[in-house]
Amino acid sequence: MNTTLRFALFSVLMLSLAACTKQTKAPEPEPEPYVPPAPVETPVVDDGRYSPEDLDTDSCLRQRVVYFDFDQDALKPEFTAIIGCHAKYLQDRPSARITLEGNADERGTREYNHALGERRGNAVSSAVQASGGSGSQLNVVSYGEERPVCTSSNESCWSQNRRVEIVYTAK
Amino acid sequence: MNRLLMLLAFLLVPLHGLHAQTLEINPISGSAAALPIAVVPFDYLGASVAPDVDLAAVVRADLNRSGSFRTLADRDLVERPLRQSDVNFGTWRLLRQDYLLVGRVLDDPAGGYRTEFELFDVAKQERLLGLALSGRPGNMRDIAHQVADHVYEKILGTRGAFWTRMAYVTAVGLGRDTTYSLMIADADGHNPQTVVRSREPLMSPAWSPDGKRLAYVSFERGASSIYIQEIATGAREVVSSFKGINGAPAFSPDGSKLALALSRTGNPEIYVMDLASRALTQLTNHWSIDTEPVFTPDGRSIIFTSDRGGKPQLYEVAIEGGEARRVTFSGQYNARATIEPEGRIAMAQGAGNVYRIAVLDRRYGSGGETRLISPGNLDESPSFAPNGSMILYATRENQRGVLYVVSADARVRQRLVLADGDVREPAWSPFRQR
Repeated sequence: MNTTLRFALFSVLMLSLAACTKQTKAPEPEPEPYVPPAPVETPVVDDGRYSPEDLDTDSCLRQRVVYFDFDQDALKPEFTAIIGCHAKYLQDRPSARITLEGNADERGTREYNHALGERRGNAVSSAVQASGGSGSQLNVVSYGEERPVCTSSNESCWSQNRRVEIVYTAK
Repeated sequence: MNRLLMLLAFLLVPLHGLHAQTLEINPISGSAAALPIAVVPFDYLGASVAPDVDLAAVVRADLNRSGSFRTLADRDLVERPLRQSDVNFGTWRLLRQDYLLVGRVLDDPAGGYRTEFELFDVAKQERLLGLALSGRPGNMRDIAHQVADHVYEKILGTRGAFWTRMAYVTAVGLGRDTTYSLMIADADGHNPQTVVRSREPLMSPAWSPDGKRLAYVSFERGASSIYIQEIATGAREVVSSFKGINGAPAFSPDGSKLALALSRTGNPEIYVMDLASRALTQLTNHWSIDTEPVFTPDGRSIIFTSDRGGKPQLYEVAIEGGEARRVTFSGQYNARATIEPEGRIAMAQGAGNVYRIAVLDRRYGSGGETRLISPGNLDESPSFAPNGSMILYATRENQRGVLYVVSADARVRQRLVLADGDVREPAWSPFRQR
């Protein structure tokens, strides 16, 4: 097999993996049928290190949102894999920087939610550091309830707003 | 047909962003205790152009909104006296009015208008007030609010708070395409003006006690910072931009200090900043969330929100620091206090998914008496009028934020709604200097 073919096959595999696991990201309003996620086995490139292209192609790294329960900042077990791969990315690429944007749903007061969003950001930051990311690569900003992605007053919307977004400011 | 309705709806959108909606009288508590007063139209008797404001209508709307008065409907004004010599007290007694307000607008020799008004006690057939106010043509709503303040104060013995303003935040758009504006408007929602506009969130406006400056939180530097801005000139400065949260500013009653919440130690704590020296005093030191500080009217302590007991509740701490004492004991979730001059505290009270405005009067009982004064479901950000008679708050209706004003006794409630976008975080101004 020549390199081009190998790369092409690899890309196809990656894309299909990405397509399969996308559904685990969040409750999205797309009417696509639910496909159970494939076991997350991060495809390993030659030296096992992530490269910036992986941010767009790797099924784990493409997941950039961590969701929380109401008035909670405890990380739910289903997000352990995401935290792990972003921590590995930071380890592999010391020049990479992440801003963790903490958010809350609309219930409760705005400044309390400003603080709650920071707690959530800090929880993700601690977990990324525990998995090998460096604190100097991480920055937490809380937007409280000021940046909702959904504005209906019901649980399906609130659950999308209680989140930490992982934003790469340097790849 | 639909298109025609839409066109009509479009034509009906007011020119001013905010406008007052119909008054809701709470059918349970009723408005029986409200004092009946007839406000007769103030005719223009000058030789130039009549003012573009119906002064009597503005005065009536103010008095009704307070919950303390019930004005006679325009159609029931069978006589329209303009001065004392025109008044037949028998007529107003038959109409069961306790008070009668008459007035007229004249040309002021110095320019603008001169508004003369007289207030009568119908039963005693006695004149209680006879005053004149001068105003420029563009200022006639201000004059009407001042007339309402004089009437309120003469009858109830408490200064009126109609000639005041409010600050609030609007958001137009969703997600990263949202534009945020910090606005000020008259307390009835008229004359909105933009103080600052940003593509990043704006939060937590707070008035200086002289009403000349606003402190607020802006994310325009990428993370939260606290600004103080002079309203008249637009000049502003960053007073707090530490790592982490810079939130919840509140001026001290003398204007020399700013209480705020900072998480520069890694956890949100309450601080007091001396505005002249910018020196910070840390008042709390606890692993919990401590935020939303407000000074008590005597300036000696601070009421704040903390979840140190598990759920958010209000606590009080002396401005020298020390042990914080819990203030709220009824309700699962009590946060974001606002205090009026007599010491009553309004807050957002949550139970399950329902958030309402509650008023705590600590003068009664052991832990004080708490009353809910709003119907829910997502009521927040209460702000007392400077005389404690009314409370502004924000809620959500049809996926957008709207403002309500409710009398402190919950008898009367009125919605103030922006024509476009989401309105939140109303902050009632201090009294204006007469």
